[in-house]
Amino acid sequence: MSRPKTVIVRYTTANRVNHWITAICFVLLMLSGLSMFHPMLFFLSGLFGGGQWTRAVHPWIGVVLLVSYLGLIVQFWRENLWHRDDVAWLKAARFVIANEEEGAPPVGRNNAGQKAVFWSMALLIPVLFFSGLVIWEVYFGDTTSIPVQRAAALIHSVAAIAAIIIWITHVYAAIWVRDSVRAMTQGYVTPGWAWRHHRKWLAEVASGQHGKHVVRKRP
Amino acid sequence: MSDLQSQDYVRRSASTMTPPKARSHEDQVAKLIDVSRCIGCKACQSACMEWNDLRQEIGHFEGSYENPSDLSPDVWTLMKFAEYENEQGNLEWLIRKDGCMHCEDPGCLKACPAPGAIVQYANGIVDFISDKCIGCGYCVKGCPFDIPRISKTDHKSYKCTLCSDRVSVGLEPACVKACPTGAIMFGSKSDMKDWAGERIEDLKSRGFDKAGLYDPPEVGGTHVMYVLHHADKPSLYSGLPDKPRISPVVGAWKGILKPLALVGIGLAALAGLFHWVTEGPNEVTEDDEAEGARVLGESKPEPETETTP
Repeated sequence: MSRPKTVIVRYTTANRVNHWITAICFVLLMLSGLSMFHPMLFFLSGLFGGGQWTRAVHPWIGVVLLVSYLGLIVQFWRENLWHRDDVAWLKAARFVIANEEEGAPPVGRNNAGQKAVFWSMALLIPVLFFSGLVIWEVYFGDTTSIPVQRAAALIHSVAAIAAIIIWITHVYAAIWVRDSVRAMTQGYVTPGWAWRHHRKWLAEVASGQHGKHVVRKRP
Repeated sequence: MSDLQSQDYVRRSASTMTPPKARSHEDQVAKLIDVSRCIGCKACQSACMEWNDLRQEIGHFEGSYENPSDLSPDVWTLMKFAEYENEQGNLEWLIRKDGCMHCEDPGCLKACPAPGAIVQYANGIVDFISDKCIGCGYCVKGCPFDIPRISKTDHKSYKCTLCSDRVSVGLEPACVKACPTGAIMFGSKSDMKDWAGERIEDLKSRGFDKAGLYDPPEVGGTHVMYVLHHADKPSLYSGLPDKPRISPVVGAWKGILKPLALVGIGLAALAGLFHWVTEGPNEVTEDDEAEGARVLGESKPEPETETTP
């Protein structure tokens, strides 16, 4: 297969570093959180040095995640704004799922699925943060009433499960749509990738809307 | 408490297996607190400190006989004093010894995420196995009586053990031994209920026609019971819950949500796997690359399509 010499920068270094800090926090939070959620997963607390360490470290990782995700929101909110064509794309999602992407309308920088992941995390992470503060026993155990803490624990669990399911979708989509992972590790995609998955974005890039520097020689 | 022996558990926190319960041929025990005979001397509080080697830091006088002002990791039982003006306009001094009720269906144990950190012995005593406690405070949320307290120094949860160490060698709890009026009794639960029945009859004959036993069925009954002169209004006694029950919020969190969540996560992962198996990866084709290069090339004056050898 011809190997294109020209590539398009999709994620800047700042984008990628910010993304992977978020990713590491999310995975650690998921493992430590699940260990405190279901008895059959309590063994995961061993990864953190035991139950006491897991309990102690989980909320701090959550603080880092919130700050890190705020960084992602600042960097990505504009390109994730919802447009009318997103609805049309969602209606044609079955073509995308069946690997018949030609059947779906052309997509800009992000498709509706990517936007949905972005915005649901933008909602869930603050919910997890604030419900987590309420049940952060060491510092906030006496701040709220017990009924409030009960509600917070339930909300925290439900939001976490939702976030984990969204995360699985996000990870699988990155594996399924080949060369997406490289976009987030090395930062670039090929023109063919952009043509196949984000045709309107490619046109924008070609017209120079995103600046000249986004098109460069393959490293 | 430490784990004295572990072959008579009937319940064990965060466990999906049947706990070891071979040595379970035991009587259910109960402590009966007859508030009508309590004189508020706090001998029980002192005995609890003495036997369990607990010393609360000396605090401040808060204008009440209650001292210290609340249960704490170092205060496992506390005399609570309520002044109640009855229908006749007379003052009644309602004194209640507060502490763990040792529920038959313990909310703390249901909420606890650490395997074996909370157990219930066959005799009904609910005990915290502190070296397994992770300090999360879920027991505080599970408890309908606001009993467990988390230590700020060792991050462990503490409460009355019903002197499980004494009971296991045939002694009564320290508070029972110290009580000078016989207001605190200890024995098999059925004996305590019989004795309570006699006391209630006596109270009724003396005008307390609402006298009764506090053994709330919503938590399956308790292994600490009260004889109350106003059993119709337990909340008169410094907020003893009228209808204590494990909160439905805790029930949902620790009940249906747990299997539902694992199934949901599992299904999401399986959906991914089987999508891969049936549809496979979404790969960029050579045509895509040609088209992509064409679009990019239209605006750029270097249309060389190169191929790697």
